[in-house]
Amino acid sequence: MSALEVAVTRKIGDFELDTSFTVDSGISVLFGPSGAGKSLTLSLIAGLIRPDTGTIVINGVVVTDCARREFVSTQERRVGMVFQDGLLLPHRSVLDNVALAVRQAGGRRARRDIARSWLELVGAAELAGRRPGSLSGGQRQRVALARSLAGEPAIVLMDEPLTALDSAVRREMRSLIRGVITSTGIAAVLVTHDLQEAEELADVVIDYADGRVLGQRTVTHPTRLEGPRESAAGSEEE
Amino acid sequence: MKRDERVKSASVLAVASRPKNKGVVIIAVALMGLGLGYGLAHLMAGYIAYWGVVEGPFWLTLRVAVPATLIAGVAGIAAGYALAKSHFPGRDLLETVGSLPIILPPTVIGYYLLETLSPGTQFGGFLTRVVGHTLVYNVAGCIVAATIAAFPFCMRASRAAIEGVDSSFEQAARTMGLPDWRVALQVTIPLARRGIAAGLTIGCARALGEYGATLMVGGDINGKTRTLSLAILDSFTTPERNTMLLILVLMAVTAMIGVGLLGRSRS
Repeated sequence: MSALEVAVTRKIGDFELDTSFTVDSGISVLFGPSGAGKSLTLSLIAGLIRPDTGTIVINGVVVTDCARREFVSTQERRVGMVFQDGLLLPHRSVLDNVALAVRQAGGRRARRDIARSWLELVGAAELAGRRPGSLSGGQRQRVALARSLAGEPAIVLMDEPLTALDSAVRREMRSLIRGVITSTGIAAVLVTHDLQEAEELADVVIDYADGRVLGQRTVTHPTRLEGPRESAAGSEEE
Repeated sequence: MKRDERVKSASVLAVASRPKNKGVVIIAVALMGLGLGYGLAHLMAGYIAYWGVVEGPFWLTLRVAVPATLIAGVAGIAAGYALAKSHFPGRDLLETVGSLPIILPPTVIGYYLLETLSPGTQFGGFLTRVVGHTLVYNVAGCIVAATIAAFPFCMRASRAAIEGVDSSFEQAARTMGLPDWRVALQVTIPLARRGIAAGLTIGCARALGEYGATLMVGGDINGKTRTLSLAILDSFTTPERNTMLLILVLMAVTAMIGVGLLGRSRS
């Protein structure tokens, strides 16, 4: 069973997205120039926008089927999402931001404990009490990554999560993302227009242009750092 | 002023500012201080003398304005949220009717309230049975009047503030699995809190100063429904009206300074 099956169309003004691809475990990168429809594809998968036609299946569950008028709400899709600028809730602490995303039943304390463990995984445990406004770009994206995983989603969607970061932090974050996705076993779809980023992160690269999928290729990485804790410490042995 | 006079006054100032004439300055300052002290003492005496007159309406005004602001605040935020976020039948009607108290003279609002709430009418009779007492010519009536007066400010400010919230945060919250009601309560409204607070402050000020509708529905009954605004009118018939008005103005200025300081400390 694939982690994600997408076959949808969506027209916005003059732009028409007509995409179809399948994603398995690991990191799949949607790569292409700006305006190719990559972020729109993520919004369709997350259920933030409805497609005009087609189906989306996550972990064998049909979440969108236009022909049958089936549409599972964003909240019930079990997707995590990392946005380009983090979009952490500015009026909540880092810990609260992650705890709000924990879907497991239990009291506030239990959810906060779970949130702490996710923050530890991304190397951001010491940021728990801080407000998002006081964090650096890299710290924000670490927390956003923890938040996207805290709901134990079937799939994590990352919309250009490293674009706003400088090159040193980017390298560190690539390593972290790679390690966390590998250790959790959660499938991820990441959008980027940076070729180096695509090839360093991806197990599979899906090439996009003008709202169409041009092709899909597998990337092999002979020497890749996998451990999240080492990544969090900032090792760059790729 | 002629040139000679200007020179003369300038030289007087210059003399007064010289160290050797420090005594003159001290005397002048002392005289000014005495004058100010006398004025303040006079004011305090007036304040103490007339506090008895102001006290009843003052506490009654708080008893009316606080619940009115709370009710108008909750209803205004809910209505503002609905206007900002959804398109439902009757949306324009809600906005128009909700804004009427800003446009219509308060006495007209009061008249319609009186017509609606009086036990003699069908709706008023029903309300009287539900509540257990009439809603006119008592504090409950004053609260209704003040709530109606404050509501449009709360509603319009909330709507504008909620519309100004970046919807990306709400989308992010949905991807976190938060149901829509939690997105509203835990994301949208907290992010709009400054604008909402501004609306509630104006609404509270409006409730505190409500006059026309309160007069119609409350009836200006001394010791029962005479709020500060109504007491001000009554003070015009007394010879001490200036002292009383000054006290009220000072109370208003103090309240404004307090609100300003509160706002500064929060920002």
